[in-house]
Amino acid sequence: MTDLPSTQELAIDVSGVSKVFGGEPGGFRALDNISVGIRNNEFFTLLGPSGCGKTTLLRLIAGFEYPTSGKILLHGEDIGLLPPYKRPVNTVFQSYALFPHLTVAQNIAFGLEMLGRPAAEVRDTVDRMLALVKMEPMRDRLTNQISGGQQQRVALARALAPSPKVLLLDEPLSALDYKLRKEMQIELKRLQNETGITFIFVTHDQEEALTMSDRIAVMSAGLIRQVGTPSEIYDRPADRFVADFIGETNFLSAEIDSVLEDHAILRLPGGGLEKAFLPKGAKTSGKVTAAIRPEHADLVPEGADGGLRGTLSNIIYSGSSTHYHVRLHDGPDFVVRTQNSPDNKLEFSVGQAVGVRVHDRCVQALED
Amino acid sequence: MSASDTPARIAQRQKTRNRWLLSSPALLIVFVAAIGPLFVMLAYSFMAKGDYGGVKPWEFSTDGWFGVFFSRDIFDDTLTIADANVTIFLRSLRLSLLTTLITLAIGFPTAFFIATRPARMRDVWVFLITIPFWTNILIRTFAMQEVIRNEGIINTVLVATGITSEPVQILYTDWAILFGMTYVYLPLMVLPLYASMEKLDFRLVEAGYDLYANRIQVLRRIIIPIVKPGMIAGSILVFIPSLGAYVTPRVLGGGKNMMLGNLIELQFGAGRNWPLGAAISITLMVLVMVALLVYVRYAGRSGGQHHG
Repeated sequence: MTDLPSTQELAIDVSGVSKVFGGEPGGFRALDNISVGIRNNEFFTLLGPSGCGKTTLLRLIAGFEYPTSGKILLHGEDIGLLPPYKRPVNTVFQSYALFPHLTVAQNIAFGLEMLGRPAAEVRDTVDRMLALVKMEPMRDRLTNQISGGQQQRVALARALAPSPKVLLLDEPLSALDYKLRKEMQIELKRLQNETGITFIFVTHDQEEALTMSDRIAVMSAGLIRQVGTPSEIYDRPADRFVADFIGETNFLSAEIDSVLEDHAILRLPGGGLEKAFLPKGAKTSGKVTAAIRPEHADLVPEGADGGLRGTLSNIIYSGSSTHYHVRLHDGPDFVVRTQNSPDNKLEFSVGQAVGVRVHDRCVQALED
Repeated sequence: MSASDTPARIAQRQKTRNRWLLSSPALLIVFVAAIGPLFVMLAYSFMAKGDYGGVKPWEFSTDGWFGVFFSRDIFDDTLTIADANVTIFLRSLRLSLLTTLITLAIGFPTAFFIATRPARMRDVWVFLITIPFWTNILIRTFAMQEVIRNEGIINTVLVATGITSEPVQILYTDWAILFGMTYVYLPLMVLPLYASMEKLDFRLVEAGYDLYANRIQVLRRIIIPIVKPGMIAGSILVFIPSLGAYVTPRVLGGGKNMMLGNLIELQFGAGRNWPLGAAISITLMVLVMVALLVYVRYAGRSGGQHHG
């Protein structure tokens, strides 16, 4: 986990927040003593499977729910118990929640009008926002007369128009088709760069999170499992849940042979030794799980220098890469992914005895 | 066979004919039971009145329509505006408008309350709202009389607790009519209001709060514009029967505080002036239509300027 910066740099500081639905005891504990700091101007993502509490955390910051305990600070000021209309925070809703009785321009103007801004300023800001999301030709349409992608842009413009200190995005891309989603991911990054507003983005899509975020908080069962940059999360997962949830991972039961600084030598099934990264504060002896990404291993002919041995049970070709499934002699299936190129020649066939060579510095030791 | 008689066209024609055939029972009822009598009324209003009620057919007369607006002094034959009729017209209009406003004011929060209950409880509440319909309106109105008469529950409590020293005269006043009509027509306001509020996406309310609108602004700028069709439907359902109400003003208003329904009944009954009764009926109908057009036009414009 990265070190938290001092509170002055934090846009949102969540400290010790719990949320229990249905009253204690016996209620549903959606968030369990969560603490996380979100820096000014960063694109921060709350990532986790459905029911992990990410949306609840977003709704607490927006003010639609109030914490059962704990504090939520916005630039140092406690906003935990303020009603949503008194928080300089805006939300892009999953369903967009555009006002059906208002035009595109009226939707965008709504927040500014409620803040009592002068008419000229409202008009200017609406024009600027329409240009920002490239929706000028649609300004006088009703919101049910435009496409889903366009509604998405209007929802963004409406939430950005009052220049919030923090913009909350609740799975805003989940209703879009694949191609449009890709476009909007780039668009969102552009908007965040241009406006310099702190974005807090909720998603269950790990690829989306890795692509867009400055930092990610991985959540499950009301807890934050790890906070870090996309590469920290992907390359150095803090626990088995994170390693499993983000990307594909092979898990092997291993034993710690010896420890040197932040590394450990693990004894893998079959007796081979591998150097593995050991997270801070992890135990230094006994059984652990070795996590290895499929792209961090190569298939080698049997007998060649490789720590793991098995039988090739399946080959799955998927365009840019090929997945080789190896049934290890002393353990579970192990997946190896190799990048394809046109002059790749197929060296291996199903049923063949093979070895697996793991890349240097690519094993992560995790506690079970 | 002409060029236009392609199989597709024949099939289309058959389809159209079948549709007419299927809707003919409904059309028959509309013509015979609704539009037919209207023409009879219109015809009666231009006939001379019969000596003992009824009309003299084939004898054209405008006396009925004349009587709607003017009255002839029985002694010196001078013409004056029929101020009794005008008073009754105005009273009907005033009481119906007030009834509509009061039922709207009470019905709106009621419907909102029901619409925000969990799905299963909503059905229970709607069921409870419909309970008054199980009892005949006459019986309900007499029950209301028991509540507000001088020896009734309200006055008994008022006197017993010393709030007033004497019973307050409510029965046989306009207040009694207003009270009764509000009671009788409230469900007709709540049900269409509920129907439109139930469809309201409450995430829009959250979006409103998120965009710095407080409770009152969310109500005025988001909820009311969206549930307006329900408000219009409810207002129409309450206003029209209020304007023609007969039982409630008769039982609770007594003989003095007549409304249009009672005035019309009087002409067909004791007054033995069918042409006048017919003319007043048609006037009432025109009044309702004009009021509706104005209302729908006004409500439609302020709600949806973007429709152009």
